[in-house]
Amino acid sequence: MSLQPLSALLAQTPLFQGLPAEDLELIAGCASNVKFDAGDFLFREGGPADTFYLVRHGNVSIEFFAPGRGPVTIQTRGEGEVIGWSWLFPPYTWSHDARAFELTRALAFNADCLRGKCDKDPRLGYELMKRFGQIVHERLEATRLQLLDLYGGDRDPAPRGRTAAKR
Amino acid sequence: MTPLLEAVQPRSAEPVPAAASLADPMLPRPFEVRRVQAETYDTYTLELAPADGRPLRFRPGQFNMLYLFGVGEVAISISGDPGRPSPLVHTLRAVGAVTRGLCALKKGDVVGVRGPFGNEWPLDEAAGHDVVLVAGGIGLAPLRPAIYRLLAERKRFGRVVLLSGSRSPQDILFRHELERWRSRFDLEVVVTVDYAAGDWNGLVGVVTTLIPRAGFDPTDTVALACGPEVMMRFATRELERRGVPTERIYLSMERNMKCAVGFCGHCQYGPHFICKDGPIFPYRAIAPIFEIREV
Ligand SMILES: Cc1cc2nc3c(=O)[nH]c(=O)nc-3n(C[C@H](O)[C@H](O)[C@H](O)COP(=O)(O)OP(=O)(O)OC[C@H]3O[C@@H](n4cnc5c(N)ncnc54)[C@H](O)[C@@H]3O)c2cc1C
Ligand code: FES
Repeated sequence: MSLQPLSALLAQTPLFQGLPAEDLELIAGCASNVKFDAGDFLFREGGPADTFYLVRHGNVSIEFFAPGRGPVTIQTRGEGEVIGWSWLFPPYTWSHDARAFELTRALAFNADCLRGKCDKDPRLGYELMKRFGQIVHERLEATRLQLLDLYGGDRDPAPRGRTAAKR
Repeated sequence: MTPLLEAVQPRSAEPVPAAASLADPMLPRPFEVRRVQAETYDTYTLELAPADGRPLRFRPGQFNMLYLFGVGEVAISISGDPGRPSPLVHTLRAVGAVTRGLCALKKGDVVGVRGPFGNEWPLDEAAGHDVVLVAGGIGLAPLRPAIYRLLAERKRFGRVVLLSGSRSPQDILFRHELERWRSRFDLEVVVTVDYAAGDWNGLVGVVTTLIPRAGFDPTDTVALACGPEVMMRFATRELERRGVPTERIYLSMERNMKCAVGFCGHCQYGPHFICKDGPIFPYRAIAPIFEIREV
């Protein structure tokens, strides 16, 4: 695929919306189209954070594997959302799993390539940092709300095998 | 009454089903339990039939006072279809003495019912616009009559979007109905849960995170939200951030109630009485007190 359509695609995403065309082309130089079938892992905890993803279609779950409990989904990400920011910070390893739970198409960004371009062009680096900062802020806010256990209830929130019955 | 509050008062040509005289609204009518449906491990739907055979007509968003004889009385929204007022349908979460007792009722038991009280969701005002409903937990129950009305008069509205959040997959209310609604082409239904084990194949995250991506035009949308107050605070912020004007955001508020007709002051919320001026308020009318911790 030529770079032009990819940069046009980037321009429509919330993450890159409003960036000048030359920035979009620089970024597109680090991007490629990828596809995951339901159940495929985008990456796993402890692995090298050498790529991050922008979901085009589908849904991805952010999971932790808890011994004795199996995989626990913390949040899900859908269309237009970013998966992963560990590529921004040393030691550049993933701190969780990311798994497609349905057919998912995404843009994959080579982290080395993008970090290199940001180092060379601090203006672009600062712009991207601001945008990632905004995402991290929103996720932190959502996680805090989740921690509040808003809806209350007496029971373990995620027990298995409980079903509603008729009386 | 402020002009903003007038916006959510019933205004159709039909007679308004409100308590008629001073004596009547304080007097419970006996209703017989016809059916008890367990929605989740702590939430039940009661179907009630009037002992005198007179159906209790209501508007979406209104509530009744349910009296469990010998125990007490609580405010519970009507969760049934306003187009089919009999049986009378309420969905309750068992949290304390009265609600636990009501949820433990059996077919044939009798409860007292006073109502309907309060104002309605502003569906006439929403006609011609997109409608987004944001429900959290038991908050889906008071919104369900509005959904029935929206679907019954579907052509009057633009896009209709229901965003529903629950604690876990086991806490999802009206699961079969949500599935049915989701299969319609003229309704967008998005369900999310806060916590899930690996066997849940749906969205995880708080309901407010659905707002930025939902399919409605923020500049031409009426938003109806019902759920815990913290959730509604964050939902309001997200809706505003998305561009929904504050005067088009409506919230259903809860406070302890006793008389339900504006006499006792139990339900006071700033300058408003929730039983009489609410429970549904345009966000703009309550914004100054909404962010205050203890009102
Ligand atoms: C207008 C209105 C509509 C309502 N609609 C519904 C409805 O459709 N379905 C429904 O289940 N409930 C609804 N409620 C809430 C319901 O009235 C209360 O849950 C009920 O009064 C609790 O009474 P109780 O004696 O069972 O518990 P209480 O002994 O009064 O309380 C037991 C525990 O539950 C907590 N609690 C009390 N009220 C609430 C509440 N509103 N939300 C969360 N926790 C609470 C208390 O803090 C306490 O910890 C509505 C309330 C109002 C004002
Ligand atoms: S409950 Fe008595 S004034 Fe509202």
